[in-house]
Amino acid sequence: MKLLTHNILTSKCLKGVTVGYPLGIVAKEVKVNEVDFNPEFISRMIQKVDWPALCKAAENLGHTDELPPTVVDDYENNEEFLKKAHHFLMEIEVMNGDLVCPETGRKFPVTDGIPNMLANEDEV
Amino acid sequence: MMDKIETPDLSHLNSTDYENVYEPAEDSFLMLDALESEIPFIKSLKPTICLEIGSGSGIVLTGLAKCLGSCCAYFSIDINPHAAQVTRKTACKNSVCLEVVNCDLVGPLLPQIQNKVDMLVFNPPYVPTDENEIDPLSPIALSWAGGFRGRTVMDRLFPLIPQIMSPSGVFYLLIVKENDEEDILNVMKSFSWRGSVIIERKAGREFLKVLKFERVKV
Repeated sequence: MKLLTHNILTSKCLKGVTVGYPLGIVAKEVKVNEVDFNPEFISRMIQKVDWPALCKAAENLGHTDELPPTVVDDYENNEEFLKKAHHFLMEIEVMNGDLVCPETGRKFPVTDGIPNMLANEDEV
Repeated sequence: MMDKIETPDLSHLNSTDYENVYEPAEDSFLMLDALESEIPFIKSLKPTICLEIGSGSGIVLTGLAKCLGSCCAYFSIDINPHAAQVTRKTACKNSVCLEVVNCDLVGPLLPQIQNKVDMLVFNPPYVPTDENEIDPLSPIALSWAGGFRGRTVMDRLFPLIPQIMSPSGVFYLLIVKENDEEDILNVMKSFSWRGSVIIERKAGREFLKVLKFERVKV
Protein backbone atom coordinates (compact mmCIF):
# COMPACT_ATOMS: atom_id res chain seq x y z
CA MET A 1 0.00 0.00 0.00
CA LYS A 2 1.55 3.21 -1.15
CA LEU A 3 0.89 6.44 0.68
CA LEU A 4 -1.00 7.50 -2.43
CA THR A 5 -3.55 4.83 -1.57
CA HIS A 6 -3.54 5.55 2.15
CA ASN A 7 -4.47 9.11 1.18
CA ILE A 8 -7.88 8.02 -0.11
CA LEU A 9 -8.85 5.50 2.56
CA THR A 10 -11.21 6.30 5.44
CA SER A 11 -13.10 4.44 8.15
CA LYS A 12 -16.13 6.71 7.78
CA CYS A 13 -18.37 3.81 6.72
CA LEU A 14 -18.06 2.33 10.23
CA LYS A 15 -20.85 2.98 12.73
CA GLY A 16 -20.08 5.80 15.12
CA VAL A 17 -17.32 7.28 13.00
CA THR A 18 -17.69 10.94 12.06
CA VAL A 19 -14.64 11.58 9.91
CA GLY A 20 -12.41 8.51 10.08
CA TYR A 21 -9.54 10.28 8.32
CA PRO A 22 -6.63 10.12 8.07
CA LEU A 23 -6.12 6.54 9.18
CA GLY A 24 -3.14 5.97 11.44
CA ILE A 25 -0.43 3.66 10.13
CA VAL A 26 1.34 1.07 12.28
CA ALA A 27 3.82 -0.46 9.89
CA LYS A 28 5.55 -3.77 10.47
CA GLU A 29 7.23 -3.92 7.08
CA VAL A 30 7.91 -1.07 4.69
CA LYS A 31 9.52 -1.28 1.26
CA VAL A 32 11.07 1.55 -0.66
CA ASN A 33 10.95 1.07 -4.42
CA GLU A 34 12.32 3.09 -7.26
CA VAL A 35 9.48 4.32 -9.42
CA ASP A 36 9.89 6.30 -12.64
CA PHE A 37 9.48 9.98 -11.93
CA ASN A 38 6.83 11.57 -14.12
CA PRO A 39 6.72 15.26 -13.09
CA GLU A 40 3.67 16.05 -15.20
CA PHE A 41 1.69 13.22 -13.61
CA ILE A 42 2.81 14.15 -10.09
CA SER A 43 1.71 17.74 -10.69
CA ARG A 44 -1.75 16.54 -11.61
CA MET A 45 -1.83 14.04 -8.74
CA ILE A 46 -0.94 16.68 -6.15
CA GLN A 47 -4.21 18.43 -6.96
CA LYS A 48 -6.06 15.29 -5.83
CA VAL A 49 -3.98 14.62 -2.72
CA ASP A 50 -4.85 15.66 0.82
CA TRP A 51 -1.44 17.09 1.67
CA PRO A 52 -1.77 17.24 5.49
CA ALA A 53 -2.84 13.58 5.49
CA LEU A 54 0.22 12.70 3.42
CA CYS A 55 2.47 14.52 5.89
CA LYS A 56 0.84 12.68 8.80
CA ALA A 57 1.33 9.35 7.03
CA ALA A 58 4.99 10.14 6.42
CA GLU A 59 5.32 11.00 10.11
CA ASN A 60 3.70 7.68 11.11
CA LEU A 61 6.45 5.99 9.13
CA GLY A 62 9.15 7.94 10.90
CA HIS A 63 9.76 10.62 8.28
CA THR A 64 9.09 13.76 10.29
CA ASP A 65 9.76 17.13 8.67
CA GLU A 66 10.85 15.59 5.39
CA LEU A 67 7.88 16.95 3.52
CA PRO A 68 7.00 20.66 3.38
CA PRO A 69 3.88 21.15 5.56
CA THR A 70 1.96 22.71 2.69
CA VAL A 71 2.02 22.47 -1.08
CA VAL A 72 4.41 25.18 -2.26
CA ASP A 73 3.40 27.93 -4.67
CA ASP A 74 4.17 27.17 -8.30
CA TYR A 75 4.79 23.52 -7.40
CA GLU A 76 4.33 22.48 -11.04
CA ASN A 77 7.69 24.02 -11.81
CA ASN A 78 9.44 23.07 -8.60
CA GLU A 79 11.29 19.86 -9.43
CA GLU A 80 12.64 19.40 -5.91
CA PHE A 81 9.14 19.58 -4.46
CA LEU A 82 7.72 17.29 -7.12
CA LYS A 83 10.48 14.75 -6.49
CA LYS A 84 9.73 14.76 -2.75
CA ALA A 85 6.01 14.34 -3.44
CA HIS A 86 6.80 11.53 -5.87
CA HIS A 87 9.00 9.76 -3.34
CA PHE A 88 6.41 9.78 -0.59
CA LEU A 89 3.35 9.12 -2.75
CA MET A 90 4.79 6.48 -5.05
CA GLU A 91 7.97 4.96 -3.68
CA ILE A 92 7.18 4.11 -0.07
CA GLU A 93 5.08 1.01 0.36
CA VAL A 94 3.62 -0.44 3.56
CA MET A 95 3.78 -4.19 2.93
CA ASN A 96 2.54 -5.39 6.31
CA GLY A 97 0.99 -3.59 9.23
CA ASP A 98 -2.27 -1.99 10.24
CA LEU A 99 -4.31 1.07 9.37
CA VAL A 100 -6.00 2.47 12.46
CA CYS A 101 -9.30 4.31 12.70
CA PRO A 102 -8.54 7.59 14.48
CA GLU A 103 -11.88 7.53 16.30
CA THR A 104 -12.49 3.91 17.27
CA GLY A 105 -9.01 2.40 17.12
CA ARG A 106 -10.34 -0.35 14.85
CA LYS A 107 -7.46 -1.91 12.91
CA PHE A 108 -7.54 -2.66 9.20
CA PRO A 109 -4.71 -5.06 8.36
CA VAL A 110 -2.34 -4.50 5.47
CA THR A 111 -1.05 -7.82 4.11
CA ASP A 112 1.43 -8.17 1.26
CA GLY A 113 0.82 -4.58 0.32
CA ILE A 114 -2.96 -4.82 0.29
CA PRO A 115 -5.16 -3.07 2.86
CA ASN A 116 -8.21 -5.06 3.95
CA MET A 117 -10.98 -2.52 4.46
CA LEU A 118 -13.79 -5.07 4.69
CA ALA A 119 -16.06 -4.36 7.63
CA ASN A 120 -18.27 -6.84 9.46
CA GLU A 121 -22.03 -6.55 9.11
CA ASP A 122 -22.40 -5.30 12.65
CA GLU A 123 -19.86 -2.54 12.12
CA VAL A 124 -21.59 -0.58 9.38
CA MET B 1 3.04 5.09 -27.18
CA MET B 2 0.98 2.36 -28.78
CA ASP B 3 -2.81 2.53 -28.92
CA LYS B 4 -3.17 -1.22 -28.63
CA ILE B 5 -3.85 -3.07 -25.41
CA GLU B 6 -1.75 -6.21 -25.26
CA THR B 7 -3.36 -9.08 -23.40
CA PRO B 8 -1.36 -9.40 -20.17
CA ASP B 9 0.67 -12.48 -19.38
CA LEU B 10 -1.32 -14.65 -16.98
CA SER B 11 1.03 -17.64 -17.00
CA HIS B 12 1.70 -17.17 -13.29
CA LEU B 13 -1.88 -18.28 -12.60
CA ASN B 14 -3.07 -21.88 -12.54
CA SER B 15 -6.24 -23.89 -11.95
CA THR B 16 -5.85 -23.57 -8.17
CA ASP B 17 -5.93 -19.79 -8.46
CA TYR B 18 -9.03 -20.02 -10.63
CA GLU B 19 -10.86 -21.92 -7.92
CA ASN B 20 -11.04 -18.66 -6.03
CA VAL B 21 -10.59 -15.99 -8.67
CA TYR B 22 -12.61 -15.34 -11.82
CA GLU B 23 -10.78 -16.80 -14.80
CA PRO B 24 -10.76 -14.29 -17.69
CA ALA B 25 -13.47 -15.15 -20.19
CA GLU B 26 -15.28 -13.54 -23.10
CA ASP B 27 -16.53 -10.71 -20.92
CA SER B 28 -13.00 -9.83 -19.76
CA PHE B 29 -11.73 -9.81 -23.35
CA LEU B 30 -14.68 -7.75 -24.54
CA MET B 31 -13.88 -5.14 -21.90
CA LEU B 32 -10.24 -5.11 -23.08
CA ASP B 33 -11.40 -4.66 -26.67
CA ALA B 34 -13.79 -1.89 -25.61
CA LEU B 35 -11.06 0.00 -23.79
CA GLU B 36 -8.65 -0.50 -26.67
CA SER B 37 -11.13 1.16 -29.02
CA GLU B 38 -11.33 4.05 -26.55
CA ILE B 39 -7.60 4.62 -26.08
CA PRO B 40 -7.39 7.78 -28.20
CA PHE B 41 -10.33 9.24 -26.28
CA ILE B 42 -8.90 8.16 -22.92
CA LYS B 43 -5.53 9.68 -23.77
CA SER B 44 -7.20 12.97 -24.70
CA LEU B 45 -8.87 12.93 -21.27
CA LYS B 46 -5.46 12.70 -19.51
CA PRO B 47 -6.81 10.69 -16.59
CA THR B 48 -4.98 11.02 -13.28
CA ILE B 49 -6.92 8.38 -11.38
CA CYS B 50 -8.20 5.21 -13.01
CA LEU B 51 -10.20 2.81 -10.86
CA GLU B 52 -11.33 -0.72 -11.63
CA ILE B 53 -13.97 -2.25 -9.39
CA GLY B 54 -13.83 -6.04 -9.29
CA SER B 55 -10.45 -6.51 -10.92
CA GLY B 56 -10.48 -10.32 -10.44
CA SER B 57 -7.32 -11.65 -12.07
CA GLY B 58 -6.24 -8.09 -12.78
CA ILE B 59 -6.25 -8.67 -16.54
CA VAL B 60 -8.16 -5.53 -17.53
CA LEU B 61 -6.48 -2.97 -15.29
CA THR B 62 -3.05 -4.44 -16.01
CA GLY B 63 -3.68 -4.28 -19.76
CA LEU B 64 -4.84 -0.69 -19.46
CA ALA B 65 -1.94 0.36 -17.23
CA LYS B 66 0.59 -1.24 -19.57
CA CYS B 67 -0.87 0.70 -22.48
CA LEU B 68 -1.34 4.12 -20.85
CA GLY B 69 1.78 4.04 -18.71
CA SER B 70 2.91 6.16 -15.80
CA CYS B 71 0.82 9.20 -16.67
CA CYS B 72 -2.00 7.85 -14.50
CA ALA B 73 -2.48 6.18 -11.10
CA TYR B 74 -4.27 2.84 -11.23
CA PHE B 75 -6.39 1.52 -8.37
CA SER B 76 -8.09 -1.82 -8.13
CA ILE B 77 -10.83 -2.81 -5.74
CA ASP B 78 -11.94 -6.34 -5.07
CA ILE B 79 -14.13 -7.77 -2.32
CA ASN B 80 -12.38 -11.13 -2.75
CA PRO B 81 -9.02 -11.19 -0.92
CA HIS B 82 -7.72 -13.90 -3.29
CA ALA B 83 -8.52 -11.69 -6.27
CA ALA B 84 -6.84 -8.75 -4.59
CA GLN B 85 -3.61 -10.73 -4.19
CA VAL B 86 -3.83 -12.15 -7.70
CA THR B 87 -4.37 -8.70 -9.23
CA ARG B 88 -1.18 -7.56 -7.54
CA LYS B 89 0.73 -10.59 -8.85
CA THR B 90 -0.57 -10.01 -12.38
CA ALA B 91 0.55 -6.40 -12.25
CA CYS B 92 4.01 -7.45 -11.04
CA LYS B 93 4.30 -10.15 -13.67
CA ASN B 94 3.56 -7.57 -16.36
CA SER B 95 5.84 -4.88 -14.89
CA VAL B 96 2.99 -2.56 -14.15
CA CYS B 97 2.36 -0.40 -11.09
CA LEU B 98 -1.10 -0.54 -9.64
CA GLU B 99 -2.58 -0.32 -6.17
CA VAL B 100 -5.06 -2.81 -4.76
CA VAL B 101 -7.62 -2.41 -1.98
CA ASN B 102 -9.63 -5.32 -0.60
CA CYS B 103 -13.06 -3.84 0.09
CA ASP B 104 -16.72 -3.78 -0.92
CA LEU B 105 -17.32 -1.23 -3.69
CA VAL B 106 -16.11 2.28 -2.83
CA GLY B 107 -17.24 2.57 0.80
CA PRO B 108 -13.80 3.11 2.34
CA LEU B 109 -12.83 5.53 -0.41
CA LEU B 110 -15.58 8.00 0.39
CA PRO B 111 -15.57 10.89 0.87
CA GLN B 112 -11.88 11.22 0.00
CA ILE B 113 -12.37 10.03 -3.58
CA GLN B 114 -15.18 12.52 -4.18
CA ASN B 115 -15.04 13.90 -7.73
CA LYS B 116 -11.53 12.53 -8.24
CA VAL B 117 -12.01 9.42 -10.38
CA ASP B 118 -11.29 10.20 -14.03
CA MET B 119 -11.88 6.73 -15.37
CA LEU B 120 -13.91 3.90 -13.86
CA VAL B 121 -14.08 0.35 -15.20
CA PHE B 122 -16.57 -2.20 -13.89
CA ASN B 123 -17.20 -5.73 -15.11
CA PRO B 124 -19.75 -6.56 -12.44
CA PRO B 125 -21.21 -9.82 -11.17
CA TYR B 126 -23.93 -9.77 -13.85
CA VAL B 127 -25.42 -13.25 -13.90
CA PRO B 128 -29.03 -13.30 -12.71
CA THR B 129 -29.26 -15.64 -9.72
CA ASP B 130 -31.73 -16.55 -7.01
CA GLU B 131 -30.91 -15.37 -3.53
CA ASN B 132 -30.55 -18.94 -2.22
CA GLU B 133 -28.89 -20.31 -5.31
CA ILE B 134 -25.34 -19.48 -4.39
CA ASP B 135 -23.13 -20.11 -1.39
CA PRO B 136 -22.82 -16.60 0.02
CA LEU B 137 -19.40 -17.33 1.42
CA SER B 138 -17.90 -18.60 -1.80
CA PRO B 139 -15.44 -15.98 -3.09
CA ILE B 140 -15.77 -17.16 -6.66
CA ALA B 141 -19.57 -16.77 -6.58
CA LEU B 142 -19.13 -13.13 -5.59
CA SER B 143 -17.53 -12.55 -8.96
CA TRP B 144 -20.52 -13.58 -11.07
CA ALA B 145 -23.68 -13.87 -8.95
CA GLY B 146 -25.78 -10.79 -9.57
CA GLY B 147 -29.07 -11.59 -7.85
CA PHE B 148 -32.37 -10.48 -9.36
CA ARG B 149 -31.86 -9.47 -13.02
CA GLY B 150 -28.14 -9.67 -12.29
CA ARG B 151 -28.37 -6.11 -10.99
CA THR B 152 -27.80 -6.37 -7.22
CA VAL B 153 -24.21 -5.18 -7.17
CA MET B 154 -24.20 -2.66 -10.01
CA ASP B 155 -27.38 -1.02 -8.71
CA ARG B 156 -25.48 -0.17 -5.53
CA LEU B 157 -22.80 1.61 -7.50
CA PHE B 158 -24.94 3.71 -9.86
CA PRO B 159 -26.06 6.32 -7.28
CA LEU B 160 -22.41 6.83 -6.27
CA ILE B 161 -21.21 7.59 -9.78
CA PRO B 162 -21.99 11.35 -9.69
CA GLN B 163 -20.15 11.53 -6.35
CA ILE B 164 -16.94 9.77 -7.21
CA MET B 165 -16.38 10.82 -10.80
CA SER B 166 -14.47 13.93 -11.79
CA PRO B 167 -16.25 16.54 -13.98
CA SER B 168 -15.11 14.96 -17.25
CA GLY B 169 -14.80 11.44 -15.87
CA VAL B 170 -15.84 8.39 -17.91
CA PHE B 171 -17.40 5.14 -16.68
CA TYR B 172 -17.23 1.83 -18.58
CA LEU B 173 -19.68 -0.89 -17.57
CA LEU B 174 -20.08 -4.41 -18.92
CA ILE B 175 -23.57 -5.89 -18.94
CA VAL B 176 -25.58 -8.73 -20.43
CA LYS B 177 -29.02 -8.58 -22.04
CA GLU B 178 -30.75 -9.83 -18.88
CA ASN B 179 -29.54 -6.77 -16.93
CA ASP B 180 -32.03 -4.59 -18.88
CA GLU B 181 -29.89 -2.05 -20.72
CA GLU B 182 -32.72 0.42 -21.18
CA ASP B 183 -33.47 0.50 -17.49
CA ILE B 184 -29.79 1.02 -16.68
CA LEU B 185 -29.58 3.91 -19.14
CA ASN B 186 -32.67 5.45 -17.53
CA VAL B 187 -31.29 5.05 -14.03
CA MET B 188 -28.04 6.74 -15.01
CA LYS B 189 -29.96 9.42 -16.90
CA SER B 190 -31.79 10.24 -13.68
CA PHE B 191 -28.37 11.02 -12.20
CA SER B 192 -27.58 13.15 -15.28
CA TRP B 193 -25.22 10.60 -16.79
CA ARG B 194 -25.58 9.75 -20.47
CA GLY B 195 -24.72 6.28 -21.70
CA SER B 196 -24.18 4.49 -25.00
CA VAL B 197 -23.15 1.07 -26.21
CA ILE B 198 -19.61 1.04 -27.53
CA ILE B 199 -19.19 -2.65 -28.26
CA GLU B 200 -21.26 -5.81 -28.15
CA ARG B 201 -20.67 -9.48 -28.69
CA LYS B 202 -22.53 -12.74 -28.45
CA ALA B 203 -20.51 -15.29 -26.50
CA GLY B 204 -22.23 -18.65 -26.11
CA ARG B 205 -25.59 -17.93 -24.51
CA GLU B 206 -24.54 -14.50 -23.27
CA PHE B 207 -25.19 -11.30 -25.18
CA LEU B 208 -22.51 -8.97 -23.80
CA LYS B 209 -22.26 -5.20 -24.12
CA VAL B 210 -19.95 -2.51 -22.85
CA LEU B 211 -21.62 0.79 -22.02
CA LYS B 212 -19.82 4.10 -21.78
CA PHE B 213 -21.17 6.78 -19.46
CA GLU B 214 -20.32 10.46 -19.23
CA ARG B 215 -21.77 13.31 -17.25
CA VAL B 216 -24.42 15.24 -19.12
CA LYS B 217 -22.88 18.66 -19.72
CA VAL B 218 -25.19 21.49 -18.73
